Amino acid sequence: MICEKLKLTLQTLFPEPTSAPLEAQSVGDDQDKKTITPPPPRPDGLLEREYSVHGYHLDAQIAPAQLLVAVSMLDDADFFIESITGVDWIKDNQLEVVYDFSRYDFDLCRVVIRTRVDRKSPVVPTITEIYPGANWHERETHDFFGIKFDGHPHLIPLLLPEDADFHPLLKDFKA
Amino acid sequence: MNSPILLQPDETFILNVGPQHPATHGVLRVKMEMHGEYIVNAETVIGYIHRMHEKMGELKTYPQFLMNLSRMDYLGALGYSHGHVLLVEKASGIVVPERAEYIRAIMVELNRIASHLFWFGAFVMDLGGFSPLMYALQDREHILDMLEAVTGSRLTYCYFRFGGLYNDVDDDFIAAARRFIPRMRKSMKKYHRLVTGNIIFRKRLEGIAPLSKEMCRKYGASSAVARGSGINFDVRKNEPYSVYPEFDFDVPVYHECDSLARYMVRMDEIEQSLRIVEQGLDKLPGGPIMPDKKPKLIKPPAGDYYQAVETARGSFGIRLVSDGGKNPYRLKLRSPTYSNMHLFDEACRGMMIMDALAFMGSLDLVIPEIDR
Repeated sequence: MICEKLKLTLQTLFPEPTSAPLEAQSVGDDQDKKTITPPPPRPDGLLEREYSVHGYHLDAQIAPAQLLVAVSMLDDADFFIESITGVDWIKDNQLEVVYDFSRYDFDLCRVVIRTRVDRKSPVVPTITEIYPGANWHERETHDFFGIKFDGHPHLIPLLLPEDADFHPLLKDFKA
Repeated sequence: MNSPILLQPDETFILNVGPQHPATHGVLRVKMEMHGEYIVNAETVIGYIHRMHEKMGELKTYPQFLMNLSRMDYLGALGYSHGHVLLVEKASGIVVPERAEYIRAIMVELNRIASHLFWFGAFVMDLGGFSPLMYALQDREHILDMLEAVTGSRLTYCYFRFGGLYNDVDDDFIAAARRFIPRMRKSMKKYHRLVTGNIIFRKRLEGIAPLSKEMCRKYGASSAVARGSGINFDVRKNEPYSVYPEFDFDVPVYHECDSLARYMVRMDEIEQSLRIVEQGLDKLPGGPIMPDKKPKLIKPPAGDYYQAVETARGSFGIRLVSDGGKNPYRLKLRSPTYSNMHLFDEACRGMMIMDALAFMGSLDLVIPEIDR
């Protein structure tokens, strides 16, 4: 099983054991919504997700500096790149970059690599050296969130107009 | 009088294909650096009809976003809606009645055939043959009529609901679908006789634009682009969803890696879709098309969800980040042709321009689906 193998490989990125998942309060029970404080941002680490609920198996949150190492691990294990996108966590003052990977063979294993950067200076390294197909995905993420991909060969607007200086998927974007 | 432009032997020039060019099937522009008839370098420019569906996804509630999905890919719209409803149902724990799932599969497969037929006609027209398009449209018209009678629209369907369907199929639809299957099989024989064996057609595709397995993987290609390069990848088989495990069908795979292989994959897929429709009609269970119990307001619990489906154009993925509210916090649409088109820049280097246009046709592009 590739999932088990990859789990062990990815685990080497985290010398400290991963703490328990934080999404515990999500399920059911309509408690008083107003009293619930949002959970703090998740610490870096590797989680196994329930595939039948979430649609993916492994979920690794890493530091931006570890990105190239983690993506190389997936490349070595013959994963293909599904997509790259961002999420604006404005309350935590952070931007998240999410990388989706999957496989062509029948050994099903979907992997999500995510990394968080500061909202003011969002810079992550590019992975176009490893996956050339990341090129457009990174340009699109730069369009929508203003995340800079350090070392990207051609980081100009892709879907937005060529003179666009706005990032529409930021939560504080006003049209 | 303008004097003719004379180029030095090593000089290249820039050729703009599009954004308004019939070969690109929409507003796609390719900036090509040419050396005579040969492409030295190409840069694809997209985004001419970008509508920011992902922002709309954040601003609308879950049901309000249903109609957006069919505006992405106007030829195979139902596949995209299928992914969306499956995702939201999975996230919020809605159980779909079996009959509804069967009808969904039948409709998606019919839509897939319609999409492949249009691709077939347009592709052959790109290569200079006009009449196959007319035959293909005639067959496609039968499907559109069937779908229109049930869903109410011909292209931009809004047929699936969270939990089921908007409308049940009637006997007329079932009879029409049963009539259509033998008709389509007969047409397929005609198409193969008319087009597949044609020497001009074959000469323009055989051995043209080889895509290696490795390249497909690095770009995340799917659909016939991957399956024409010997990758046995079909989300319906690799990551079974809906009622697809109940059906007996094959995934056509060709190992030639050229444009003809991609053509053959799609032609064979029409037959496989017909098999699914046939089995779906045979097995179609009775019962309701909407669940008895369904939450009034759809609010998936906070968390990340991902759903992939095999649409006519490949593996369509949809990623939802929910914060437990009535709108998605983030909705990412991973469109298959976006990845398939991306490898064009690298693959077309050194190719002759007419081969590159044939290659572009074999990718089965729908531009609104790339631009979203």
